[in-house]
Amino acid sequence: MEPNWATDHLQVIRTLMERTAIYRRAMAPVMLLLGILGILASILGLILSIDSIAGFGSYWMLVSAIGITGAYFKVRSQALRDSEPFWSPPTKRVTQAVIPPLLAGFVATIVIVATPLDDPRRFIWIPPMWMILYGCAIHAAGFFMPRGMKLFGWGFIVCGCIVAGILPQLELSYSVAGAHTTMGIFFGGLHLAYGAYLYFTERKNEA
Amino acid sequence: MNPEPFLNLDRVIHEKGRMAILSVLAASPELSFTEMRDTLKMTDGNLCVHLRTLQEAGYIAATKSFRQKKPLTTYSFTDSGRFAFAKYIDLLDQIVQQNKK
Repeated sequence: MEPNWATDHLQVIRTLMERTAIYRRAMAPVMLLLGILGILASILGLILSIDSIAGFGSYWMLVSAIGITGAYFKVRSQALRDSEPFWSPPTKRVTQAVIPPLLAGFVATIVIVATPLDDPRRFIWIPPMWMILYGCAIHAAGFFMPRGMKLFGWGFIVCGCIVAGILPQLELSYSVAGAHTTMGIFFGGLHLAYGAYLYFTERKNEA
Repeated sequence: MNPEPFLNLDRVIHEKGRMAILSVLAASPELSFTEMRDTLKMTDGNLCVHLRTLQEAGYIAATKSFRQKKPLTTYSFTDSGRFAFAKYIDLLDQIVQQNKK
């Protein structure tokens, strides 16, 4: 028997455990897609002058639905390319982890939009709330993904808290156009920056 | 060289297919037959035989249920299975350490 058979056995066990537990799809294309979508949606929101609270909420919920669908299509194409099942146990776990905060964000947005409050500036809470809840979703998913994803989630949570602290101070100078810009900067910019970082580090790791 | 760790290796686990099954189960609370088959790229017959052996040894437990009106069998570690697998890994580690010396 080969002297290294025990090492090989341990390596096989480790690899199989990682394959089952850790979500291994390349996240750079997904992050870049979400970043570009966030920035384009922000610009389009400004061009189309979507300045009502209902319009703003509905518009960004539609954008996020497109983003989520696009992300899953990217993941599916990677799975097909690697001849692996798309709906794998790690994919299931990541999905289960992100659903509660994302659902909470959708429901809270609908409540903010639909509640007949006499406060025309209640939309200011939508961007920071989304950032915090999205950060929670990413952080939860990070338990089943490679290191770095939890930190990215924390980034959104911290940025959301800062924005939530700053916006009420801006009083009337902050409009729905400002909210579109905030969404573009954070959901577009942060994804794009992290996507670019992953693009180079994932390729380096593969090499 | 001390042959004891090798002699103590669990013969039920010390087989490529069964070791692979226990490895994927160790990283997941439970897995269905299909998930295991797709992850390990084993044939239905081969997987069935190994699962039965592991069940007979008391290392894994099967739970039968229905999902969307279709029967679903999921497998998970038993306490004795988890203990045996941990012991097996520990023995492998001992053998590796001996080889290093």
